[in-house]
Amino acid sequence: MIPELGHFALILAALVAVVFGSLSLLGAHRNQQAWIALARPGANALALLVTFSFACLTQAFVVNDFSVVYVAQHSNSLLPIEYRVAGVWGGHEGSLLLWILMLTWWAFGVAQFSRQLPDTMVARVLGTLGLVAFGFLLFILFTSNPFERLLPGATEGRDLNPLLQDPGLVIHPPLLYMGYVGFSVAYAFAVAALLSGQLDAAWARWSRPWTTAAWVFLTLGIAMGSWWAYYELGWGGWWFWDPVENASFMPWLIGTALMHSLAVTEKRGSFKNWTVLLAISAFSLSLLGTFLVRSGVLTSVHAFATDPRRGVFILIFLVAVIGLSLTLFAWRAPKVGLGGRFGLISRESMLLANNVLLVVACATVLLGTLYPLLIDALGVGKISVGPPYFNAVFVPVMTPILFLVGIGPFARWKEASLPELLRLTRWALGAGAIVAVALPLVYGQWKAMTALGLFFAAWVVVTALQNFAERVHHTRGGRSLLTAVLAQPRGFIGMHLAHIGVAVFVVGVTMVMSFEQEKDIKMAVGDQVSVAGYSFRFNGVRQVEGPNYVAMQGNFDLTVDNRFLRKMNPEKRNYHSSAMPMTEAAIDAGLLRDVYVSLGEPIDRDKPEGEWAVRVYYKPFVDWIWGGCLLMSLGGLLAMLDRRYRVKSRRAAAATAGVQQAARN
Amino acid sequence: MKRTLSALALLFCLFSTSTVSIADAGTEAALAADPVAEKRLQELSAELRCLVCQNQNIADSNAELAQDLRREIRGMIKDGKSNGEIIDFMVTRYGDFVLYRPPLKASTLLLWGGPLLLLIGGMLALRAYLRRRSLRLADEKPLSSEEIRRAEALLQENEPK
Repeated sequence: MIPELGHFALILAALVAVVFGSLSLLGAHRNQQAWIALARPGANALALLVTFSFACLTQAFVVNDFSVVYVAQHSNSLLPIEYRVAGVWGGHEGSLLLWILMLTWWAFGVAQFSRQLPDTMVARVLGTLGLVAFGFLLFILFTSNPFERLLPGATEGRDLNPLLQDPGLVIHPPLLYMGYVGFSVAYAFAVAALLSGQLDAAWARWSRPWTTAAWVFLTLGIAMGSWWAYYELGWGGWWFWDPVENASFMPWLIGTALMHSLAVTEKRGSFKNWTVLLAISAFSLSLLGTFLVRSGVLTSVHAFATDPRRGVFILIFLVAVIGLSLTLFAWRAPKVGLGGRFGLISRESMLLANNVLLVVACATVLLGTLYPLLIDALGVGKISVGPPYFNAVFVPVMTPILFLVGIGPFARWKEASLPELLRLTRWALGAGAIVAVALPLVYGQWKAMTALGLFFAAWVVVTALQNFAERVHHTRGGRSLLTAVLAQPRGFIGMHLAHIGVAVFVVGVTMVMSFEQEKDIKMAVGDQVSVAGYSFRFNGVRQVEGPNYVAMQGNFDLTVDNRFLRKMNPEKRNYHSSAMPMTEAAIDAGLLRDVYVSLGEPIDRDKPEGEWAVRVYYKPFVDWIWGGCLLMSLGGLLAMLDRRYRVKSRRAAAATAGVQQAARN
Repeated sequence: MKRTLSALALLFCLFSTSTVSIADAGTEAALAADPVAEKRLQELSAELRCLVCQNQNIADSNAELAQDLRREIRGMIKDGKSNGEIIDFMVTRYGDFVLYRPPLKASTLLLWGGPLLLLIGGMLALRAYLRRRSLRLADEKPLSSEEIRRAEALLQENEPK
């Protein structure tokens, strides 16, 4: 009964979405107040209905209702409760429902926090979101209904993919989807601005915090996924340039460009068209990512055939979303003003260059991701495009971006002088050079790539700190240092924090790629292996019982210089429902290095007390990779909460109200 | 035809491996002790795709095929084969699909040249845009001082301090 209610709520949600979506857009067009007024209640009702439907599916998981096909396929009565709840998004149908849930929550958020916006604007934004939600609701109802029944019901579920039975599943997809879907808000603001023809600084200011919020979620989601892969997959990698990873990375790159370009549009009124185009692209890439991941074209070209309707539906939706918004863009863009004048060397031109580079980076990832599909489809051959390719082509594109991260904040708006910029950044250049020469030698070997990475990390940190210190110095005016620091706008602090996060990330990547060490060996009880001075003694394995698996748990002593550090217990798990054994690595994490051990297979399957294949890794600075992402997100969060979004918007509202009052009089 | 062959080879590998792994264990342990050979193995196997896995290289995969290929590479290193020879051997057996670094040939020209073209194209477009922009702005008449005064007065009205 409850699954039927959930299904019904989804149908109702689709109706609500299409009705309020089109009416509020039409209302805004014709200036019909009654229809415009539908937008907020419509968005609220939509969020409520989808949340209810989601709760129904969750309930089916919690009570093990195996008469629902989706539950029977992705759960099991032995599954611990937290994974039963997270199992809701462990498969295609449920994760699509999560997608829609997030979308309606974003719309709900806009409906709540938009009191200061003109009603017609809100109607256009929410109307656009409503129609996007309608498209996805149709998709889920017609091709991927999670509430479909299995009659008679199964007695036991097939179980959740063991790979997904991890706290990572609880956190990673919701964060990632919040980010993905969050760009729909930036998209809706752009479409609303195009529809109204009012592409102005106010529009940029309104959509900035929303874009930043989506970006923060996406950053955290990607970082979380990377960390999950690192500790779960048992080979110590943190990024594989897998098409699914790329699908999330592309909107991130464009989203980053969008944040920067919005800054120019808001502050200087320039790049309006470009900003709109980026907002459309960011969301389109989120959709493209969903298409690539969900249609099955990625893992195998033939998976498309299993359910061609899904792929075709998203493709049509994608074409509609991109096509309509680009048509709108082509219609409006020529009338948009250019904005303020700026010189060839200025904050504006540098931000524009940053944008071009980020877009090129994104296009490169897209090229590498789609190329194998393309040439396979053309029948020219089957190739794999993997990390060696991406690392080779990505570094040259990112290097100039890192240079700009350092110098950009020093450049003045309108016109900057090159000699002055050089003078201002000479300390950072020096510091970078020293670090680049010295640090690799400390680690025993000087390599050009290592030096390059460390140079830019130091460059970014020093410029950020110097730029921050200068501003504090100029605005101090007799106050105590702490007060002056805290009095800086949150957006300014956030920017530098995020940039330092980039540097921290770069240090992590550089160090781990340059100096990681690994050993893949066979060990019998009593054997010792050492890597980078850390010594592992193997004391054998024992069997442990989990709730729905049996594990062989290894017992290792980790020592350094004959000093006992800790015990490490990597596991090899066999889930009852799956033939595929799972690895649980044991990691000793630290600020400057991780030491990582994972258990392979017993050499002789019938003699688990004998030799085992074991992998040990030494990974310098690897946690800096995720630490850097965390700093970037924190920076974004601060920027999003900048006071001026509230103060100025209140002022703008007062001004708008004043104008409306005047018009009425 | 080539594809069918490689599929067959793959199947053969899948079903014929488990017995070999035990027999070779001894020599392998000895080999693993040689750090130079081990380093080469790691570098090579990071570039090769495990064909039975979702998307993993044979360095990271624990699949039997990956283990066998690692063993085979160890053997070839021991026999004094160069990295190029080992890669060639893999490509003859499994085709280009096994390489994570696609070979440069007519069909991958765009793949390898693409990023550079994009970068150059992007930079040229940026320059053209900046130039056109400054030309267009130069055409626009700057505001007269009277207009600026009026604009500022309007702004001040709207944003009471």
